[in-house]
Amino acid sequence: MAMNYSEAVMDHFTNPRNVGEIEGASGCGTVGNAVCGDIMRIYLDIDDDSVIRDAKFKTFGCGAAIATSSMATELVKGKTVQQALEVTNKAVMEALDGLPPVKVHCSLLAEEAIHAALWDYAEKHNLVIEGLEKPVSDIGEHDHHHGVELVEDADDL
Amino acid sequence: MKQIYLDNASTTPVRPEVLEAMMPYFAEDFGNPSSLYPAGQRASDAVAAARATLAGLIGAKPSEVYFTSGGSEADNWAIKGFARANAGKGRHLITSAIEHHAVLHACEALEREGFEVTYLPVDGDGLVDPAAFEAAIRPDTILASVMFANNEIGTIEPIAELAAIARAHGVAFHTDAVQAFGHEDIDVRELGIDLLSASAHKLNGPKGVGMLYARKGVKLANLIDGGQQERGRRATTENVPGIVGFAKAAELACAEAAGERERQTAIRDHAIARVLAEIPHARLNGSATRRLSNNVNFSFEFIEGEGMLLQLAARGICVSSGSACTSGSLDPSHVLLAIGLPHEIAHGSLRLTLGRDTTREDVDFAIDCLKQTLGNLRMMSPLYEDYQQGRVESIIEKMAA
Repeated sequence: MAMNYSEAVMDHFTNPRNVGEIEGASGCGTVGNAVCGDIMRIYLDIDDDSVIRDAKFKTFGCGAAIATSSMATELVKGKTVQQALEVTNKAVMEALDGLPPVKVHCSLLAEEAIHAALWDYAEKHNLVIEGLEKPVSDIGEHDHHHGVELVEDADDL
Repeated sequence: MKQIYLDNASTTPVRPEVLEAMMPYFAEDFGNPSSLYPAGQRASDAVAAARATLAGLIGAKPSEVYFTSGGSEADNWAIKGFARANAGKGRHLITSAIEHHAVLHACEALEREGFEVTYLPVDGDGLVDPAAFEAAIRPDTILASVMFANNEIGTIEPIAELAAIARAHGVAFHTDAVQAFGHEDIDVRELGIDLLSASAHKLNGPKGVGMLYARKGVKLANLIDGGQQERGRRATTENVPGIVGFAKAAELACAEAAGERERQTAIRDHAIARVLAEIPHARLNGSATRRLSNNVNFSFEFIEGEGMLLQLAARGICVSSGSACTSGSLDPSHVLLAIGLPHEIAHGSLRLTLGRDTTREDVDFAIDCLKQTLGNLRMMSPLYEDYQQGRVESIIEKMAA
């Protein structure tokens, strides 16, 4: 069982920062899928100087998924859009004093959730953010849950 | 902080009476049962007495009981040992989709040796259909293995009926009774069982010891070759304290089984009723009636199981989940998928298993904590947000409709 979490992970899981939604967010991105057990949604409030004034998240997933979302939103707050691109999965992991190997994908998902929110912001505002690509696991805002394909699992049989 | 242990299907604490019975065989009567001097003979006598006790508890003869290192070894031995010894008669086996991995992976190992295995599906409650079982029997079928009761969802299979069908077709019948022995009444002759696996640590005995019952005349190939222990069928110096503890624990468990079933069933049904009444978007997994008295298994929509386990653990509550995140694999429980749960629902499952020390107060406290935990996690869940805003429907509500 994946219980060997750092104190920082347990802290961010137990007392997650920035849980919630932002009404009329500048950008909102959702990544992951429920079949795999992880969905992250990040909301960003970005001012006219491209500074992220606020970030909120909602996450369906394990302890590490919640902790990485919490840390990722903490790390991007107050940064410019360009600086936020440097909040990579490695940065999130380092800030959490590491993750168990099976949980590294959670930090990747957190990075992608930030990128998906920035992508949404760029699209809404007709901007091009240098170095930003549309994240592959971006599932848009409303098309998950039932849009996902149920994979019959024969592995255990 | 008080620990509330609700994971008795995983393992149980050793009872003081059991520990007391085991103690002399560590340092005093430590002799090797194969030795002829008195210390060895005392150990040998203790093993013989334990074998007689355990045989008596399932209606078998002592010569039909073999000690193993646990339930998994007994399952492996029954399946691989029987298949390899009887391959001349046929190379087809039948089992169910919800067996323990000790059975499923033993079957997969046999498939790599050229055997064929049919994995019977189960219904929404986790029950094997006897008619489907009979239809799966072929002229070359040699062995069927269906668990007595499922370890995750507690469903009790129609063993007598399945064993009778197997016997009518000349197919040997094995049952993994690891979760049932000491809880449900088992008489191998009455039920028509040829092979049965059981384990000590699920009934307040020690870890590292189990048994395989093999009806007289059933041919088994050895898994462990070496000395003449277990009448030449399983080498390894006997785990004497473990064997003594197993017999003591089983004796106590079987003597108290009827009373404990009644007591635990009342607590179980109270827990199930409370969850269904107080927690929205919850689904009971497994049969409501054909169910082990100690098993409660729910899926909760919009959340993932590991977070639930961690938050409950922080309050001293020990439970388990069918979530992929807690098993080290990427897929949720094969049992929950086999009863028809979609992946996203299987991820949010929780199993509480009661034991002889569990009180109604323990379960009430656990459910109070569970309600808070689910509230926290759902507040954080994008799926719940979408549900509340009417963007998606509840899968559990759809399944119930």
